[in-house]
Amino acid sequence: MTRKQKRLAIIGGGVAFLTAAVLLVMFAFSQAVAYFYVPGDLAKAGVAPGTRIRLGGLVEAGSVKRGEGRTITFTVTDTLATVPVTYTGILPDLFREGQGVVAEGAFVGGSPVFVADTVLAKHDETYMPKDVADRLKAQGVTLGGEENIR
Amino acid sequence: MIIELGHYALVLALATAIIQGVLPVLGVRRGDPSLMGLAANAALVCFLLVAFSFAVLTFAYVTSDFSVKNVWENSHSLKPLIYKITGVWGNHEGSMLLWLLILVFFSAMVALFGRNLPETLKANVLAVQAWIATAFALFVLLTSNPFARLVPAPGEGRDLNPVLQDIGLAIHPPLLYLGYVGFSVCFSFAVAALIEGRIDAAWARWVRPWTLAAWTFLTAGIAMGSYWAYYELGWGGWWFWDPVENASFMPWLAGTALLHSALVMEKREALKIWTVLLAIMTFSLSLLGTFLVRSGVLTSVHAFATDPTRGVFILAILVVFIGGAFSLFAFRASHLKAGGIFAPVSREGALVVNNLILTTATATVLTGTLYPLVLEALTGDKISVGAPFFNMTFGLLMLPLIAVVPFGPLLAWKRGDLAGAAQRLFAAAALGLLAAAICYYAVNGGPVLAPFGLGLGVYLILGALTDLVLRSGLGKVAAGVAWRRLSGLPRSAFGTALAHIGLGITLIGIVTVTAFETETVVEMKAGAVVDVGRYSLRFDGMREARGPNYTEDAGHFTISRGGVEVSEIWSSKRLYSARRMPTTEAGIRTFGLSQLYVSLGDDMADGGIVVRIWWKPLILCIWGGALVMMAGGVVSLSDRRLRVGAPARARKALAQDHDGFRSDRPKIINVIDSKG
Repeated sequence: MTRKQKRLAIIGGGVAFLTAAVLLVMFAFSQAVAYFYVPGDLAKAGVAPGTRIRLGGLVEAGSVKRGEGRTITFTVTDTLATVPVTYTGILPDLFREGQGVVAEGAFVGGSPVFVADTVLAKHDETYMPKDVADRLKAQGVTLGGEENIR
Repeated sequence: MIIELGHYALVLALATAIIQGVLPVLGVRRGDPSLMGLAANAALVCFLLVAFSFAVLTFAYVTSDFSVKNVWENSHSLKPLIYKITGVWGNHEGSMLLWLLILVFFSAMVALFGRNLPETLKANVLAVQAWIATAFALFVLLTSNPFARLVPAPGEGRDLNPVLQDIGLAIHPPLLYLGYVGFSVCFSFAVAALIEGRIDAAWARWVRPWTLAAWTFLTAGIAMGSYWAYYELGWGGWWFWDPVENASFMPWLAGTALLHSALVMEKREALKIWTVLLAIMTFSLSLLGTFLVRSGVLTSVHAFATDPTRGVFILAILVVFIGGAFSLFAFRASHLKAGGIFAPVSREGALVVNNLILTTATATVLTGTLYPLVLEALTGDKISVGAPFFNMTFGLLMLPLIAVVPFGPLLAWKRGDLAGAAQRLFAAAALGLLAAAICYYAVNGGPVLAPFGLGLGVYLILGALTDLVLRSGLGKVAAGVAWRRLSGLPRSAFGTALAHIGLGITLIGIVTVTAFETETVVEMKAGAVVDVGRYSLRFDGMREARGPNYTEDAGHFTISRGGVEVSEIWSSKRLYSARRMPTTEAGIRTFGLSQLYVSLGDDMADGGIVVRIWWKPLILCIWGGALVMMAGGVVSLSDRRLRVGAPARARKALAQDHDGFRSDRPKIINVIDSKG
């Protein structure tokens, strides 16, 4: 091979690989990312059953049912709408009624119950997941301890 | 008073850094050796000043001086001493001071160990280091002053976030910073070379030990962080593809690429421009990581917009340094002469493939990390890009790399023999396939990818060993001869083999845990028994306990196997009194390379408790592999070719050196001679 051909082989291989990588990334973005919603968004967003999403909001006071086996049910609210959630497993240490929460999972079948496989509540007792705080504020919900939301 | 001295020392350090950044460059322009010589002394003084400043802050923490705002916010008089000390960097201000300390530490190391660098190069390198130090000293002083006072002084502190009250905080951040701040030296060398417009194999040799050292620390830091998250957070996960993790992983990927391309440059003078670019990119990713973690942009683009001082400051640093370096690169790269040529199938070719894949993988991680930020800023949509995305992109891209890794060391420089290498790797590949087949039958089907990944790991380990076996002639010559040849091999050959073996071990750990871990969630009352794999756990009951600054409920479990009690586990829930914050302290018991992991959940109405139990097969391989990779880095670093001051000694050694495997040396020696 001449020097030019060698260079072409290397560059061609590189370009082919990069193209494959870009296609892969685009495919993954269309398949493997989860959109974030608060309960009030869901009606107009029309999330298809089985689509993974993140559901954020406040844990409605008095809605948490635990101590009845491993599955816990609670309601997530943004004060405009509510969504019932079930979760099997151990809730994070900082999961509390009236506090912010982000649940990841999907609606199964045609049921209005959101089945979460991951529940996040972050590392600080005054911490509100930022996504939740932003959206709730946008909907005019006032939150206590505003200065802690950072 | 002492606090103000610490603050003042930091201001002096800033002044010293400015001097170190300006005068030596002037010295190079004017050819004035005394101005150039100033750089080394200034670097040492700057290090001592920052070290003093850091010591003062540590002193304030140890003596619980709550008149210092930073101490009040993050410490508590009842906290154990070790956490008082580690609390120094368990917060934004202190951790930026640590960042600065490690930066000037590396400058001081270059000043001390760079005695045989050409004067001009050394002066320029230290000047560039000083520019970075100036920027970060300004950042600390203007936006993140850890020495701010509180009047009147409160009587008690607010305590450190309990999740951080762990030995992991003592080890993880310093190691991580030693890693990604260490890449600043490579960056400075690259910028200095661009300023001088001259670059050669000797440059690669000078940069390589710093790259290796930074890479080794970063490997340790990431592995340590992963293990810490695993045992502390109580979810049993060891890697979350969280943006903060990605922030440290990207410089690691780019640094790994740099390590390999610098090798090509050192041996063959090829890939010069690319190596310089990679050195700049690696540290740019470190800066980007600092920005992502420290600016608050990750929690939300809007959070960033509401409190922009820190974020905008780091963003400015980012733009100036990355933009400046890339502009300089654009202007000067054409001045650098292209180096040696090589066939696509050759050691160089294999290393190019390595670089192509690693940088592409870095780019996908970068895209996945930044895409949510960009999307939110542009459309307001919030998305989370998590493990599924990264497994699909990064995971798939790494597969071809792993297949190619064992070929690299077996191919000759310049022009290699692919068929020959494949033939030599036949045994490794066959045994890898065998391992995959055994695994497939042993688990009775199961996920198809798991045996494949396992086989790949075995192939990687055996492939790395193949190189050592071939080079020693083991099995072909007498054992004594083979042993002598083996011990005569350069240390870097063992370093390479160890690093690749470590990668294989980590891969096996990742695949096994991902595919075969089991998770059991059960309600248990005292006396209840649950089976997990080959073991059964009996819950014996709860006990209350009290620590220095927390109370805890601990559950006791007895583990038995085949009816025989083999071990026990304590797993607990703690409540830290100062912040009223609960944490889960998982109970972990190791069996060989596997672990049993027990977390406690909610109390039941009927007196039971929810217990979550994982069986994590071969999980220790994940971090054990990282340890082996680090060992590879250390062994390579001890290679005499790279030892600090090697050029001078190697020249003397060459006279008595007849053992043949260093046939590539005279050329490099010449380069050094012509410079020195």
